[in-house]
Amino acid sequence: MNVQEVILNLQSYWAKQNCFLMQPYDVEKGAGTMNPMTFLRSIGPEPWNVAYVEPSRRPSDGRYGENPNRLYQHHQFQVLMKPSPDNIQDLFLQSLEALGIKPEEHDIRFVEDNWEDATLNAWGLGWEVWLDGMEITQFTYFQQVGGLDAAPVAVELTYGIERICSYIQDKENVFDLEWQGGFTYRDIFYQPELEHSTYTFQVADHDMLKQLFITYEKEAGRALEEGLVFPAYDYILKCSHTFNMLDAGGAISVTERTGYIGRVRKLARKCASIHYATRENLGFPLLKEEKEDAGS
Amino acid sequence: MTRPFLLEVGVEEMPAQYIDDAREELRAKMEKWLSDQRLSYSAIHTYSTPRRLSVLIEDLTEKQSGTVEEARGPAVTIAKDEEGQWTKAALGFARGQGVEADQLVEKETSQGSYVFANIEKKGEATIDLLPEAIALLTTLTFPKSMRWGREQLRYVRPIRWLVALFGDDIVPYEIAGVKSGRESAGHRFLGETVSLPHPRDYEQALMRAFVLVNPEARKDAIRKQLEMLEEEQNWRVPGDEDLLQEVTNLVEYPTVLYGTFAERYLQLPDDVLITTMREHQRYFAVRDTTGHLLPYFVTVRNGDHRYLEQVQKGNEKVLRARLADAVFFYEEDQARSLDQFMEKLEHIVEREQVGSLGDKQRRTVKIARELAVKAGFSEEVIENVTRAAQLLKFDLSSNMVDEFPELQGIMGADYAFRLGEKEAVATAIKEQYLPRFNGDELPGTTVGLLVSMADKWDTIMTSLAIGLTPTGSQDPHGLRRQAQAIVQMANRYDFPVPFETMLSLTVEAVREEGLTSDVSELSREAGEFFALRFKALLGEEGVAHDVVNAVLIPPYGRLDTLFARAAFLQEKHGTDEMKEVAEAFGRVNNIAKKVADEEMNPPEPEAFEQEAERELYSAYVTLKQELPAFLAKKELQKAWETLVRLTPTIHRYFDGTMVMSEDDKLRTNRLRQMQLLSREINRFARFQSLVIPS
Repeated sequence: MNVQEVILNLQSYWAKQNCFLMQPYDVEKGAGTMNPMTFLRSIGPEPWNVAYVEPSRRPSDGRYGENPNRLYQHHQFQVLMKPSPDNIQDLFLQSLEALGIKPEEHDIRFVEDNWEDATLNAWGLGWEVWLDGMEITQFTYFQQVGGLDAAPVAVELTYGIERICSYIQDKENVFDLEWQGGFTYRDIFYQPELEHSTYTFQVADHDMLKQLFITYEKEAGRALEEGLVFPAYDYILKCSHTFNMLDAGGAISVTERTGYIGRVRKLARKCASIHYATRENLGFPLLKEEKEDAGS
Repeated sequence: MTRPFLLEVGVEEMPAQYIDDAREELRAKMEKWLSDQRLSYSAIHTYSTPRRLSVLIEDLTEKQSGTVEEARGPAVTIAKDEEGQWTKAALGFARGQGVEADQLVEKETSQGSYVFANIEKKGEATIDLLPEAIALLTTLTFPKSMRWGREQLRYVRPIRWLVALFGDDIVPYEIAGVKSGRESAGHRFLGETVSLPHPRDYEQALMRAFVLVNPEARKDAIRKQLEMLEEEQNWRVPGDEDLLQEVTNLVEYPTVLYGTFAERYLQLPDDVLITTMREHQRYFAVRDTTGHLLPYFVTVRNGDHRYLEQVQKGNEKVLRARLADAVFFYEEDQARSLDQFMEKLEHIVEREQVGSLGDKQRRTVKIARELAVKAGFSEEVIENVTRAAQLLKFDLSSNMVDEFPELQGIMGADYAFRLGEKEAVATAIKEQYLPRFNGDELPGTTVGLLVSMADKWDTIMTSLAIGLTPTGSQDPHGLRRQAQAIVQMANRYDFPVPFETMLSLTVEAVREEGLTSDVSELSREAGEFFALRFKALLGEEGVAHDVVNAVLIPPYGRLDTLFARAAFLQEKHGTDEMKEVAEAFGRVNNIAKKVADEEMNPPEPEAFEQEAERELYSAYVTLKQELPAFLAKKELQKAWETLVRLTPTIHRYFDGTMVMSEDDKLRTNRLRQMQLLSREINRFARFQSLVIPS
């Protein structure tokens, strides 16, 4: 099964579970959780099921395309279901079967792993799912998002596409994975990996990035003043990525680090609470469907 | 009539390290509930797997035993009239309690005579009480708990099923939308849903569904398979009780398997290999019969023997990637010089407000060096201590420790040795972290001991300096544990530097770094912090409260002697010998209190009038020579004997001498004698603090 078949199979499986199939969000981010389809939509009482691929940038993991497992940008397949269904573990295990992984032929474990994102002021409890000792999915019940209690609780599944594919294709090196038609991951991603690593570690203009951070931060604040949640959130994402670039480049001291994280968190909290208020003013429109269901 | 009762809560996988505590808590709460409810039974068993906690009660009575409750009514003076007949008040009380008036009884109480009604309560049917037992499940405490779906309950993980069977009957109950029933889940992949007709055969029924519910049986099964593997392969899989316990709580049906890795990875230090396998993968390392690591690992699968090869292949692949990472980090680290490591330390914050790791090292150098000098160690030791302290934290800037924080010190020792440092220095870098927890091993070398002590003194003092004094259960930097470690090390190694000296030299190092401006305030605070620690530690060692008060008088001096004196006195506590000594010294101390310390002047021996005075004085002179010497050598029995010898002299003295004489000069001289003597005795203990039963 090549990489794009894995993605297609996951998409069609989760589509059958009544998830909205969405596309990657067009602002740089470190994880699928930061896509507004997860971060913002997990807030508040409205039910929400969604699935999408998210190319996720981790500048500090850049290895010039030389490391078999670490990448500047990897791909997550993200599923979010709110409220968390009672049979979510079974749904997840069936999704593995859709990838040709039969649980009884392997050793699949749910090993405690709790998740916290200081910049998003979000945390949850759950597991990393092990397939024969390999972590393939992060499984999290959100408890707080943007400083707000998750009610109802959303559950998030984050599949590591490269990890799963290297298992399925039995490859030691992600660059040897077949994307499709005999073309490898290397054919497509080696050059960007090399260039992004070079840029991050050697070329990036730290003064400019620091300036950008301030600019984005200010603009996020201004948009929030106007109650414009989604535009503000885009700038918060930009702050976060800019911070990651600076951090990877070694341009931030340990004491400064706490300060930067605190600044992003402050914006994320504010954004979350304004988003909640906005949805409330709109009467939590997505609840409607549920009410109609209950009535029929 | 009795029936067994089975309660099982099914959850999504619990964190392995929570399970044992939760099971024990459930047992304790259930036992208490049964006894509070006066419900008899013959045995209680508890079980746990990652997905369930259960309790099985054998021969549980079907009916609560009856009881008689006593209700107090009016005072007899109100309850009876002059003729001794029940008054309206008494009759009203009886009616209210549902008893006949002739069943009322009179009883004396501490507040006078009252009328009582004995009300017999019939036992209720157990099945009606059992919902309370099920509710105990929701009172369990977990280090972290969560909500799920739309439920409000916080629990360790979402609850998915609930079994509550009293004999054949389901005890109806609902927790977080889950109704009780007789269906339990089998193994996630191998077993089917198990419908339990009855609590008996619970273990066997689940066994058939590939779940070993008994954790001890599961652990034994793993242990036996490990032993078989050792035998088959002629391997040693070193006993790792913590890992075994964790793995036991990660599986419902354990099957041991092994895999291999490329021999070239054996070039990594053993600790790196073991940590990679253990911390990231929960694998057991494998050694040959001579103790050398072999390129194999052992893991425990949650499943049976089918498809084992596939599982093995997958695990080998994961480990290969992990080890490739470890080699990468190790080689990166090898390429760096000591200076590069050290330079980076200046940019790593140790704690906010305290400074960088570089600052930490500089303070520790001063403290460790001073400790070595004050303890009278050789030039060579002092030199090694200084060097070890200079390099103390350098490995915290390595890739390896960044990836595996638990390898701190271990990598430091390995790298320092490779970079040409002396073995004593390298070992000390490793030993600085000992003891890591209560009961852990202590540093095995002098240099290790000194840097470990210095490191802990520094952490405590700098934390106090920035106001991080532990309060209640709050002790984020583990200062209490570190103080305890200092005491343990001082005791084990007869550390000769007095407590007050250690304290003041640490305060000085902290002052020089500009972390405190008020030296006397910091010293006072540190003194108080340690006094509380000493008190707690002595208490934990079973030293009685009054003995603690008798020895815990500043200056504390050498810590080893302080703790030895306490243990010695505790042993003597309650003996006739002690009684005699304490009485005699108590008299001395009580009189000595009448003089203020500042009036302290030695008595003039020529002014003594009586033979008893002169005799006591010469006994004092001997005591003054012998007691401190014996204490310094920790020869407590001998020190004690010098005190015992003194008691008849003291008694003779008081028989014939009036200390509070009307002659001013005489009185002053005698008081001074008492004071001097008292001070000497107090080196051992303040005897008047001891509670002596008369």
